[in-house]
Amino acid sequence: MKYSYYPGCSLERNAAAYHVSTMAVAEPLGIEFQEVEDWNCCGATEYISLNLTASYALIARNLALASKNKKTNQLVAPCSACYLNLRKCDSYMAESADLSEKVNTALAAGGLKYKGGTLKVRHLLDVIVNDVGYDAIAQKVTKPLNGLRVAPYYGCMIVRPKMKGNGSFDNPEYPMTLDNLLKALGAEVIDFPLKSHCCGGHMTQISEGTGFELIRRLIKGADDYHADLIATLCPMCQLNLDAFQGAMNNYFKTNYKVPVLYFTQLLGLAFGMDAKALEIGSELVDARDALSKIGVELPPEPPKKRPSKEELPMPQMPEKE
Amino acid sequence: MTPTSMSHLSNEKQKLSFLEEVIAATPGESHLDICIQCGTCGGSCPSGSDMDHTPRSLFAMIAAGLRDQVLRSNTPWYCVSCYYCTARCPQEIHITDIMYTLKRIAVKEKAYDDSTAPDFSKTFINWVENYGRAFELGLMSMHIIKHNPFGVFKIAGMGVGMVTKGRMAFTPTRIKGMDNLKAILNKAKELEAVA
Amino acid sequence: MSKEKIGVYVCHCGSNIAGTVDVEEVAKWAAEKLADRGVVVARDYKFMCSSPGQELIEKDIKEMGLTRVVVAACSPHLHEKTFRTACQRAGLNPYLSELVSIREQVSWVHTDRKEATEKSKAVISGGVERVIWQEPLTPLKVPIHPNTLVVGGGIAGIQAALEIADAGYHVYLVEREPSIGGHMAQFDKTFPTLDCSACILTPKMVQAGNHPNITLLTWSEVTQVSGYVGNFQVTIRQKPRYVNTDLCTGCGVCQEKCPKKVVDTVYEAGLGYRKAVYTPFPQAVPNFPVIDRENCTFFQKGTCKACEKFCPTGAIDFSQTEEYLQVDIGNIILTTGYDLFDPRRIPQYGYGRLANVFTSLEFERLTNAAGPTGGKVVLRDGVTTPKSVAIVHCVGSRDKNYNSYCSAICCMQSLKFAHLVHERVGAEVYNMYIDIRTPAKGYDEFYQRLLEEGTHFIRGRVAEVTDAARAPGEEGKLIVQVEDTLVGKQRRIPVDMVILSAGLQPRSDAKEVARLFGISCSADGWYLERHPKLDPVATMTDGVFIAGCVQGPKDIPASVAQGAAAAARILGRIQMKEIELEPIRASINEDKCSGCRICNDLCPFNAISFDEERMISEVNPALCQGCGTCVAACPAGAISGTGFSNEQILGQLEGLLLLNIKQHEPAAS
Repeated sequence: MKYSYYPGCSLERNAAAYHVSTMAVAEPLGIEFQEVEDWNCCGATEYISLNLTASYALIARNLALASKNKKTNQLVAPCSACYLNLRKCDSYMAESADLSEKVNTALAAGGLKYKGGTLKVRHLLDVIVNDVGYDAIAQKVTKPLNGLRVAPYYGCMIVRPKMKGNGSFDNPEYPMTLDNLLKALGAEVIDFPLKSHCCGGHMTQISEGTGFELIRRLIKGADDYHADLIATLCPMCQLNLDAFQGAMNNYFKTNYKVPVLYFTQLLGLAFGMDAKALEIGSELVDARDALSKIGVELPPEPPKKRPSKEELPMPQMPEKE
Repeated sequence: MTPTSMSHLSNEKQKLSFLEEVIAATPGESHLDICIQCGTCGGSCPSGSDMDHTPRSLFAMIAAGLRDQVLRSNTPWYCVSCYYCTARCPQEIHITDIMYTLKRIAVKEKAYDDSTAPDFSKTFINWVENYGRAFELGLMSMHIIKHNPFGVFKIAGMGVGMVTKGRMAFTPTRIKGMDNLKAILNKAKELEAVA
Repeated sequence: MSKEKIGVYVCHCGSNIAGTVDVEEVAKWAAEKLADRGVVVARDYKFMCSSPGQELIEKDIKEMGLTRVVVAACSPHLHEKTFRTACQRAGLNPYLSELVSIREQVSWVHTDRKEATEKSKAVISGGVERVIWQEPLTPLKVPIHPNTLVVGGGIAGIQAALEIADAGYHVYLVEREPSIGGHMAQFDKTFPTLDCSACILTPKMVQAGNHPNITLLTWSEVTQVSGYVGNFQVTIRQKPRYVNTDLCTGCGVCQEKCPKKVVDTVYEAGLGYRKAVYTPFPQAVPNFPVIDRENCTFFQKGTCKACEKFCPTGAIDFSQTEEYLQVDIGNIILTTGYDLFDPRRIPQYGYGRLANVFTSLEFERLTNAAGPTGGKVVLRDGVTTPKSVAIVHCVGSRDKNYNSYCSAICCMQSLKFAHLVHERVGAEVYNMYIDIRTPAKGYDEFYQRLLEEGTHFIRGRVAEVTDAARAPGEEGKLIVQVEDTLVGKQRRIPVDMVILSAGLQPRSDAKEVARLFGISCSADGWYLERHPKLDPVATMTDGVFIAGCVQGPKDIPASVAQGAAAAARILGRIQMKEIELEPIRASINEDKCSGCRICNDLCPFNAISFDEERMISEVNPALCQGCGTCVAACPAGAISGTGFSNEQILGQLEGLLLLNIKQHEPAAS
């Protein structure tokens, strides 16, 4: 399976662990990534706040470059913000003739062009879960993550918003693909109510109190549910929850210690790969204690409490969504 | 009703209301004109309690034509682009996109009260426009010096941690096609100015 | 040159038409340019539909011997009948008149006077060419069978059935659950009077159960409908109860002794239990239990039979099979009601995940004295009394992501819940709303009462219901996050219990049932009435009526009114003993029909049958509604229609394009 690959600026250095672990698991998953030639920054949430045409032209240059790859029309982004920018640009260019014309006039100044709808923009999680499949992944697991309590954290941009012709691949309020992936790896997945809440993006630099509060809510949420670690799929989320965890603790006088790893790192561990090779250890909140729980025998499950006579039944959930 | 051109600049006869102006400057169909003021956006916003006006309140102000107050409000700058509002809005209004539009207008007219967020974006993009990629160290240092000099001490620990873990680049990376990118962006800015 | 004498009448309609179209010029033009086509007189008049207006036509018919009449005015939907009747009074066959619209199709949609006037001329020219080919028709008369079928035994159906039965005619009341009563039987109190729902419903249920003119067929469904208005043949499938109703006394011992308990997802809204053999509630009509085969130990495993052992009259009969009943019916009323919106589709409200989030129907069962908690308002643990309750309005309604319509009853229902919580447990009550909709008699007064009871009204649509606490005061509670729009601030309100006023939606099988009866649904799935303002209980299919929530969300008084209205319509029909059907229908030319049968399955009214002996298709004129589908589809061109023959349509096209006029004027651009 071939895909064009758009790493995004974060994966170059501060989120190198995400890039390295993704490349490491690509081979067992049967995925071939072809990095987009000379890609540029997608502008994150910054350029679009300054200039409409320029911000879309910035993104569209990447789409134009990726569309040159004749071997595939699938463009994969591991970073949720890049993923959102790419698919928003693609979708709006398909929907608005006016925008498409302006952006293409700009692209033409660089000898490029792009027609909205040409590429299929996908998030890395979507590709792994839907193109490879849970069963295929479960079969490759040699060191199941039994004993590890993981909080699956999606963040916001991977599941929202739904664009015309490019709906989100999972439920925008209560997604389950990462939960199910972690289950397939043998981990104990906690029912994390804040799994699609926002980490705050760049808010720590705009208003400290706001930014740190958003981080605190997520860390507290995972901690309240006794998670051993948080699994994430976006470098911004990882930076906020991991790198800023100390500063957040200082601000609120709390002392949470919840490590944050990329889901591809957990995938690699389950496939029996070496932790260092997955750049585990590059996180600021040490994950070693949490990871030592893998394979540890859990105490036996307490017997299921028989419902009391007065208890009212819960609504019957459907078998499969 | 969605006007397709910002004719208020050139055509005196058809001066657009602030509401029409905002709708015209937002890509796609934003549906801002059919807001029923239900408050789902204000209720969903993770940073809503820190905004001086909730998103819903801001839309009422837009419809009432309170242009100056809207552009000076900190609301769009506190938007974290989580899209909860957009996903939940019963009238399918593209709220986050409208926040971006308000930011752009505020920047164009220098109408904001607090320059922290606009400056952050400008500093970020400065690196992108010259190197083609973001440069965090450059961004953080310039931003902190300008807006939060004492904050250096607070995040010193984190900074050291990032360096130790090898997650900090000390120099920016330049893409090969920088000329190409510059040409594209300059053309884009030219088109935006005329629109 | 046609042999007809045509009169053309152009209406001003005050300034509705005359304001945009030069009606005098149009009439003059018709008299002059269409004289060759048979127009002997062309008049314009202020209001053609008025008595003097109609008299103009009648006078000309009598004095000038007109053989055809063309009126250019409003839409045929409004006054086609008026002008046909006028012609009939003057002795001209009513189907030799044609009403062309120069209002809805010209003056109301164009602004350029010159262009509108030219278009009006073309429209009249088309009408003239068409009317030349029209033939005198006589309406079809069909007898009306006095039996009525009512499908759905809720309050609307029961009301309709009682009214018809009381008037002395027979009704078959079919209900798919074991008892009649519908949703109203689930409620505790009804707004705004706070009448006990069962207390006002059960007398009607008992009446319906005992009425000599009502055949009650519960645990039954309609499987086939054929025929046409006044003459339907309906097949009803009676599911096996496995209880001999001649022997059963309704004593209830079988239910007591049955060892298999299951969650009752229908009557108890999933909040309570029933046995595998059950009557849904104590006041059930008829009071005969049914055995739920899927959950019965005997049917699934071959053991038990406790009910049979203990039944004092030996009424249990496991060998029962389904039975089919075929009945002759004159008119049908569909009163199948609604389903509740499933709030699991809105994950951020937590229903299904968070134990103490309840739906409106679940809360009704909670407050009902015959419900799973004996009327005690408690949390899902069945024991704890809530000290604070949040009631969320507009769940799945007024929302383009789910249902964009307003469900009409939820505001009043939410106020009712608030009152019951105050009354039963004295908890703090918060109602979160977008608007308070209390339009009917006594409704706003009810809102006043709730204000006086100290309900906390927060104007804001709830964003989230969560258990993720942010501060110590929120631990262990359900937090309702909402913008208090009147204050302009986001609030997080910790409560013990949340009630979701979920919207109403069409039954999950509404489309299939509609197809069975040959009627249409609107885009939202509610059954389509003939006219939203002036004919809410009739459908486009003659003889099939709708009443109650099946036509759209409404409260009990409105459902009762509609049930009664449908009954009145039907009683009128039955009294007339026969009705006239529009003679606009298709007919198949025997000689041209090749027997390909393409038309048979295309007919939306199942009006075409195939004669095996003569190897040709035939149209049943009583069932045919004149839609024209078969006419267009026939590859041999063998089907034509009175009222829309090829000559008429092609003639009208020629007229519209002004090809009929000797000197071809340049067409209006």
